[in-house]
Amino acid sequence: MSQVNRLAAGGRIDRSKPMSFSFNGKTFQGFHGDTLASALLANGVGIVGRSFKYSRARGILGHGAEEPNALMQLHQGNATVPNPRATQVELFDGLVSGSTNGWPSAEFDLMEWVGKIGGKLMPVGFYYKTFMAPQKMWMTYEKFIRKAAGFGKLSLEPDPDTYDKLNVHCDVMVVGAGPAGIAAALEAGRSGKRVIIVDEQNEFGGTLLASNQTVDGVDAAAWAEQATTELVGMANVTVMPRTTAFGYYDHNFVCALERRTDHISPVSVSGSRQRLHRIRAHQVILATGAIERPLVFGNNDLPGIMLANSVSTYINRYAVVPGHRCIVMTTNDTGYQTALDIQAAGRTVVAVVDSRHAPDGRLVQAAKAAGIEVMTGHGVIEAQGSKRVTGAIVAPLDETGDKLTGTGKTLSCDLIAVAGGWSPVVHLSCHTGSRPVWQDDVAGFVPGPTIQNQHLAGAITGKYRLSEALNAGIKAGAAAAGTESAQVFNCGDESEGAAQALYLVPHTKPSSRAPKQFVDFQNDVTAAGIELAAREGFQSIEHVKRYTAMGFGTDQGKTGNVNGMAIVAKTLNKSIAETGTTIFRPAYTPVTFGALGGRDIGVLLDPARHTAMHPWHLANGAAFENVGQWKRPWYFPQAGETMQQTLNRECLAVRNSVGILDASTLGKIDIQGKDAREFLNRVYTNAWSKLAPGKCRYGLMLKEDGMIFDDGVTACLNDQHFLMTTTSGGAAAVLGWLELWHQTEWPELEVYFTSVTDQWATCSFAGPNSRKVLEKLCTDVDLSAEAMKFMDYREGTVAGIQSRIFRISFTGELSFEVNVPADQGHYMWKKLMEAGEEFGITPYGTESMHVLRAEKGFIIAGQDTDGSMTPYDCLMGWAVGKTKEFSFLGERSFSRPDTARADRKQLVGLKPKDPTVVIPEGSQIVMDPNQPIPMDMMGHVTSSYWSECLGHGIAMGTVKGGSERMGETVYCPQADGRVLAAEICSPVFYDPKGDHHND
Amino acid sequence: MHHIYCPYCEEAREEEEYSYTGEAHIERPKDPAAITDEAWGDYLFFRSNPRGIHHEMWYHASGCRRYFNVTRNTQSYEIHETYKMGKLPTITAKTIAADTLVAQQGDAS
Repeated sequence: MSQVNRLAAGGRIDRSKPMSFSFNGKTFQGFHGDTLASALLANGVGIVGRSFKYSRARGILGHGAEEPNALMQLHQGNATVPNPRATQVELFDGLVSGSTNGWPSAEFDLMEWVGKIGGKLMPVGFYYKTFMAPQKMWMTYEKFIRKAAGFGKLSLEPDPDTYDKLNVHCDVMVVGAGPAGIAAALEAGRSGKRVIIVDEQNEFGGTLLASNQTVDGVDAAAWAEQATTELVGMANVTVMPRTTAFGYYDHNFVCALERRTDHISPVSVSGSRQRLHRIRAHQVILATGAIERPLVFGNNDLPGIMLANSVSTYINRYAVVPGHRCIVMTTNDTGYQTALDIQAAGRTVVAVVDSRHAPDGRLVQAAKAAGIEVMTGHGVIEAQGSKRVTGAIVAPLDETGDKLTGTGKTLSCDLIAVAGGWSPVVHLSCHTGSRPVWQDDVAGFVPGPTIQNQHLAGAITGKYRLSEALNAGIKAGAAAAGTESAQVFNCGDESEGAAQALYLVPHTKPSSRAPKQFVDFQNDVTAAGIELAAREGFQSIEHVKRYTAMGFGTDQGKTGNVNGMAIVAKTLNKSIAETGTTIFRPAYTPVTFGALGGRDIGVLLDPARHTAMHPWHLANGAAFENVGQWKRPWYFPQAGETMQQTLNRECLAVRNSVGILDASTLGKIDIQGKDAREFLNRVYTNAWSKLAPGKCRYGLMLKEDGMIFDDGVTACLNDQHFLMTTTSGGAAAVLGWLELWHQTEWPELEVYFTSVTDQWATCSFAGPNSRKVLEKLCTDVDLSAEAMKFMDYREGTVAGIQSRIFRISFTGELSFEVNVPADQGHYMWKKLMEAGEEFGITPYGTESMHVLRAEKGFIIAGQDTDGSMTPYDCLMGWAVGKTKEFSFLGERSFSRPDTARADRKQLVGLKPKDPTVVIPEGSQIVMDPNQPIPMDMMGHVTSSYWSECLGHGIAMGTVKGGSERMGETVYCPQADGRVLAAEICSPVFYDPKGDHHND
Repeated sequence: MHHIYCPYCEEAREEEEYSYTGEAHIERPKDPAAITDEAWGDYLFFRSNPRGIHHEMWYHASGCRRYFNVTRNTQSYEIHETYKMGKLPTITAKTIAADTLVAQQGDAS
């Protein structure tokens, strides 16, 4: 059997289900129930990766989310996943894994020599100090630094899996299914409340699964199984293993990632791979436990140095002993349990090295009784070995653990289990803005005050005994569910000695000269580096973090932060409470982008809105453009045409005969009520008091600062009924704007607004023959020039459909718009196409619409205006009522000194000096192209097109004081070195008198 | 992510349904033409932007389409109350300061 470290019996693995997997190209065997980490350890694999900065060999340190070293590249091809921790990857048959770094391999790594030789030359802040200058070289440096230092690789192919998002609600949300969480969920569940309990592991139980304690006389793991069965049996309780609550947000909003198939195969065979649960809970119980701290001593990162409780977990849960000759270095009683576990597994405990001088708890006595050598008042000050720990230098410490009191001796070993005390997992409690508080008696940070409906239970509060966790769980469950419980658990664990706080084991040399003493393994941050940062003047813990990178990355300081902060505090002669802590941010462990995206990808990224005529546009080869969420026909190319040729054909058709546009996307707001007219007076610049039924008017809508915000035509259907049109993109904003003023300032006006954009389809057809087309289909309205004038509105029957007919024009030609109920829009469009066939009716899209309106100098709000243009800036003073009784929105701002300046940028026409030129939109405008840089920027080109009917390029743009500069020449310097000259002119290039639309 | 109680729908709904629309209780001057440029500028541009208790308007855009007021702590994101347009807040920075004072005096005695 090649699993050299596997025990013959025990553990929660299933020996009847062997599994084959590969790591860095070699094949190994494990069992169902293993994690990748436990299987690697079972096979005696020591090195799992290389460190971030110094390329040092690294092995597995922990057994769960705290693991900083064993980041894996899993699976192959498009299924590859970078950076899961081997400790959190469930083994399945055929799993392919590898280290995320190391070149040519993690076992034999060339960068190691850079790390060794350059180690002394790469102090904290090395990159900042070294690659500062020359600045433009940074991009080059960065490429190599990232290559040398990075972890993991993404597939560049599309993700083969699907993901889901669920919105979930509950009364009580329990995070963590260790003893405290299970007890809390039992209590809350029994009350009948809707409970959700999540745990990141495959099995519920947490520490219970690797414990040799009892709960009320029942074996801990068996109790966990019984309790979980009870929870699963409750209809009101949702039990979710393999689910990580990674973020805790305001108002008790918890996000949890459920891994549904990651333990089965690289790609989900059926259904979604992962689910993102967005949970809104009335009460949240955090039972997230605690993470054991490593001890900081020389070469403490060697493979074979592991957290003590992780060693116990591997032995008891996975039947794997990761060493033969073991030293346990501890500052508290829990390390003794590990020594007992190692001995029970049949391996040698060289010694328990305890920094305390007189420990005497229950476990200490048990270890002594078992014949284990205990060295009190000692510490491991340095580990020896190169690719694997081979020995430890152990030396006597003073009472406080600050100084060595004698010379050390070397003990040979291949495993050092370190028990440096516990850090409560306060991460989630921080996400809502609550700062953790230091508690001396816990020697750790515990969650601070919060305004969330949050309860805490178990090790997160710094209470580490099993009975304390269970009893706190019952209390938290009762508090969250509003019940009372007298249940008390008995685990026989009352006697435990006090722990010692030891954050840096002293060495015979100062930290700067001693072998590297690592604090943050994932980011290669050492005690010497932190001390240097403090000496260099970084005093705020937040600055130290950013300078040293302590607590960065996927690790988020889970094992290293408290030691690091204590070292900062000591260097600055402050207490840890004074130095404080950095704040942990979501996510607790990495979340796939796939899960965050869910199904909102590809065509479902954003809803697409289609008009009623969309099938016709598709069938007739339209090219589409996005206008907000609308898909609008952009142009209708015919075979062999370039886009410009299409536009030329479409525009000429409108100018010479008739063209037809789908204008359904224009925002339409139905306005009714006896005060509708007064309301329009207040929100539009022009006067509405005298607009008669059957008439339309163009209006400009301003913000209170006097700047144009939207425009459109509003028709008076009757005295108390108006139909407002808005820009296609502005419809929702305009409706919100109208509601705002009505609800907040003028609730006394009786007026009602309804969006009817989707309810009406609009066919707009323009050109000298447009009346003839309409006359063929409509017989009950007198469409003659005398009877139905420009800006008139009628109701009538068109092609047998009751329609709203507007004689309005955005092209400058005679033009009609027919609105019909949306479900008849497609029919109406086809009828108009049939009727127009004899005139060569030509469908045109938004691009030709833009050209046609620009030839007439009509603005597009949002293209020719940008929120800093008044009507006067757009030379549209004609649209402003001067004698309106009510001070309409924005009017007062016209007289503000800045708004009234004569040299404001104004919207003018620009005629290129070279008639063949079309000036690129966005071009900057200057008066003197030879002026030295920086030039005086006079404005920019807002709209620019080729006008086939005029035979030259046309443009609109803003120019400072432009209205007073008619006839002057401006210049548009281009990126390619050309300088395009243009003459300032009226923006109305075509039919300035308006004869055509009045025909 | 906020969970906001709409006083018109009488239900707490997700923040995604709402949009924030700025400080509440800013009244449009009755006669804009009669006030100075400075006063008009204050109305247009100047907002209190407090650290702590803020009264602000929210729009139930994807719900009932009503505007309403929210008393919110800009530091902690705690929402103290929501109330209909035209009403005044019952919780303000002053009432909270007074409550704190009473609580402190209670502790002292």
